[in-house]
Amino acid sequence: MMYNILILMKTEWALCLALFVLLFMKLGSANLQNKVAVNVTYLLLLLALAVGFVPAPAGNLFGNMFITNDLLRLEKNMLVFATLIIALQSNSWTKNHSHTVEFFILMLSTLLGMSFMLSAGNLLMFYLGLELSTIPLAAMVNFDLSKKQSGEAAMKMIISSAFSSGLLLFGISLLYGTTGTIAFSELAGSVGYNPLQVFAFILLLAGFGFKISAVPFHLWTADVYQGAPVAVTSYLSVVSKGAVLFVLVSVLNKVFGNTPNLWYNMLFLLSVATMVVGNLFALRQQNFKRFLAFSSIAQVGFILVGISGQSVQGSASVVFFILVYIFSNLGAFGVVSLVSALTGKEDIDDYKGFYQTNRGLTWVMALSLFSLAGIPPAAGFFGKLFLLMAGAAQGNYLLLTIAAINMIVSLYYYLRVVRAMFMDKNDNPIPTLQAHFVQRAALAVCVAGVLFTGVYSDAYNYIYSLFV
Amino acid sequence: MNLNWLIIVPLLNALALLPARGLKQVRSIALAGSLAQLVLSSILLYLFWQQRTAGNGGAMLFESRYAWYEAWNIYIQTGVDGISISMILLTALVVVAGVLVSWKVETLSKEFFFLLILLSVGAFGFFISTDLFSMFFYLELAVIPKYLLIGIWGSGKKEYSANKLALMLMGGSALVLVGLAGIYYNTGTFSLTGIARIGMSTEAQRLFFPFAFIGFGIFTALFPFHTWVPDGHSSAPTAGSMFLAGISMKLGGYGCLRVAAFLMPEAAHYYSPVIITLAAIAILYGSFATMMQTDLKYINAYSSVSHCGFVLLGIGMVTKTAIAGAVVQMVSHGLMTALFFATIGMVYERTHTRVVARMGGLLKVTPFISTIFVIVGLCSLGLPGFSGFVAEMMVFMGSWQNADGYYRLITIIATASIVVTAVYILRATGKVIMGPLNTGDATGIIDARWNERAAAFLLMAGIVIIGVAPYFITNLVNPGVEQIMQQISPVAVK
Repeated sequence: MMYNILILMKTEWALCLALFVLLFMKLGSANLQNKVAVNVTYLLLLLALAVGFVPAPAGNLFGNMFITNDLLRLEKNMLVFATLIIALQSNSWTKNHSHTVEFFILMLSTLLGMSFMLSAGNLLMFYLGLELSTIPLAAMVNFDLSKKQSGEAAMKMIISSAFSSGLLLFGISLLYGTTGTIAFSELAGSVGYNPLQVFAFILLLAGFGFKISAVPFHLWTADVYQGAPVAVTSYLSVVSKGAVLFVLVSVLNKVFGNTPNLWYNMLFLLSVATMVVGNLFALRQQNFKRFLAFSSIAQVGFILVGISGQSVQGSASVVFFILVYIFSNLGAFGVVSLVSALTGKEDIDDYKGFYQTNRGLTWVMALSLFSLAGIPPAAGFFGKLFLLMAGAAQGNYLLLTIAAINMIVSLYYYLRVVRAMFMDKNDNPIPTLQAHFVQRAALAVCVAGVLFTGVYSDAYNYIYSLFV
Repeated sequence: MNLNWLIIVPLLNALALLPARGLKQVRSIALAGSLAQLVLSSILLYLFWQQRTAGNGGAMLFESRYAWYEAWNIYIQTGVDGISISMILLTALVVVAGVLVSWKVETLSKEFFFLLILLSVGAFGFFISTDLFSMFFYLELAVIPKYLLIGIWGSGKKEYSANKLALMLMGGSALVLVGLAGIYYNTGTFSLTGIARIGMSTEAQRLFFPFAFIGFGIFTALFPFHTWVPDGHSSAPTAGSMFLAGISMKLGGYGCLRVAAFLMPEAAHYYSPVIITLAAIAILYGSFATMMQTDLKYINAYSSVSHCGFVLLGIGMVTKTAIAGAVVQMVSHGLMTALFFATIGMVYERTHTRVVARMGGLLKVTPFISTIFVIVGLCSLGLPGFSGFVAEMMVFMGSWQNADGYYRLITIIATASIVVTAVYILRATGKVIMGPLNTGDATGIIDARWNERAAAFLLMAGIVIIGVAPYFITNLVNPGVEQIMQQISPVAVK
């Protein structure tokens, strides 16, 4: 039993350990150097990642409260990995912050929350995990302590999260009221087209919609992304969104598996709205973070297309796409974070003539954007194509056509950045930046991921094998 | 021979460019790599001949197949027939010529050659693939290099043109994607031969044929989606225009033939009147629009619209001769237009203008370039002895085989365009080459350098060989065309 608790919850244990180490470091020494704290965090995250890859059996604990299997472990590893990359990329920001340790403590608690949320075997556990992963996030958004915008963003974040959590809870209570159980395994058989249950489904989907910023629940996204420190923005758009999407796929399949028509239609509408609105708003953004915020909204639209296909290939494509999305979005955010930390510039126009001074960084950014746009050989091509193909599995070629048109629109605004970097002239471009070793390493990992996860098909095939 | 070498060699070439320093190193590596690719392509041709004369009548030769995304039934599947081989040879020739005429690209030379080679990877991959997914992968692979080539090294309103090109081609890819999904969900496979064997229902064919055909058609200047062609070609750097017109537009024609017509034969017949009408409009409109142009690059770009119209016309006519003609026209137009753009580039480098009215009497200072200019002009106009004549003649003869009145009418209209072509070609040639010298100070002007001469000879050799001995290429292409016709003909009889 003891051994089981240890091995099945290995990622969670590792994250707890990391939390405690950081906490004691903070308490233990009054004048802890940021450099030390940052490096220790890297090591701890690396440790958590390594622990995550230790092979372990599938199983469940605490009377089905906590479930784990290879797929969930892979998803957790992806999240830990993304967090590590973000931590590495924010090196220049965290090193000079007055509360670095607290920042990482908050970050690791949200990660722990996501981890529990993913492994949840019933709705209560799921809700606990979700809350643990969102409340500290609002505090993280506020971490540019001297900036008013940051506080405003945090306020928006906490209010919208609280609201969406309320919706989720309402949905959960209705589900419990109509079925008498909160365990996923028992819910699966007893949820049907009962009106109350349909209402519960709508509430749950709206709650999820807020977390993944699907249109029309996206209004908080752009402001929060803009106000938050870059590290938090990238964390929000990659890690926290990814975790909720993983859960969305499994909840839809587990709890609402009996009512495929219901969520097919809902997802169809949501995905079209999300793609179209995300893309159209991204067209005119000037601030890079807002731009990436809307582009990430559009990406979620594509993911919803994949989920709506309701096939094994589709589910595998969602997980694969999020993996690709981690690489490509973090590649873009890595450059933005570097530029923002060293020069304070965050507008797309500031990137004019970027190629004259920073060749490597420009290519990293360009590759990441191509991957987001779905251009081969970048992995995003495969990710997006599989999502769209999966979406057409139900014979809905209209959805596929809309999605394909949206790909053209998205290419337009991604090319806008590419054009600014490569083609536009600028008398006063961003000076040549000296990235720290760890930042360069993080970017190199992202580039490698973008270049190879697609062409080299093993990643997808492995994920697919976990679903079959 | 494993066809994947045709991908690996240019990829290695591109990688080898990365550590290179300075223009001299970069261009030598690029030239060596593209020459190696040309040799490889010639060896492929030789081996292919050998197989065919030995009696190997398989539809596709040198097939190979590796698992890629098995969950989706996607394989890296390659194979060639005569049609693909002629395309591969064309690409290899144009790449070498393109590298040669870019000998003096000083700004960001490494990036320039890298993108050129990457673009060629897309083309080679497209032509050797017999799996729809891989074809689509390579088709899109070639889009971004074009965008960057035009946007960074172009001239005029280059950002606008680059954007227009990338978005329109992406739009084409999006349509192809829908067609691809339709084909996949109706047959369960991406393999070309597999799809042809399984076949699709008539309704599905009629639904998805327009997606695939228009999608690929955008790449090859299908009216009314041709508008990227003039802007893209005229803004691109010389080698960029050569690649665009010589290679990239052929991806579309090849796709229309190999994917749309071959896989959905019934729909090809059903939509054939629409296709030939659009093609005829492109041919006529293109040639009349050319008459109005004053810029040499625009002249060639619009005449490309017109010439590529013949490709679509041939495919739309769905007779064996017409389709063979379409293939020959692709090769011929690829060589000719690449040479034309190369010549325009040479002229521009010396006169610093591309406006016809400001030039004159070039024959007196640059006899070599002027001669090439005349030859390529005559080829474009369809003079016997050059490839253009052979190709257009085959298309016309094949078209006439359709006894239907409307088809004949379209054929006549298309044929009439030759007169217009003669007008603009002769007028431009006369103004630029003949007459009094009109470039101001002619003392600094020197004739073609060795690299330019080599490029011109390479492309011209192709044009003349096809023109004088057309049976080489028709023998090469015909078995492939017959294969396609076998798929299409049973439908025609019905």
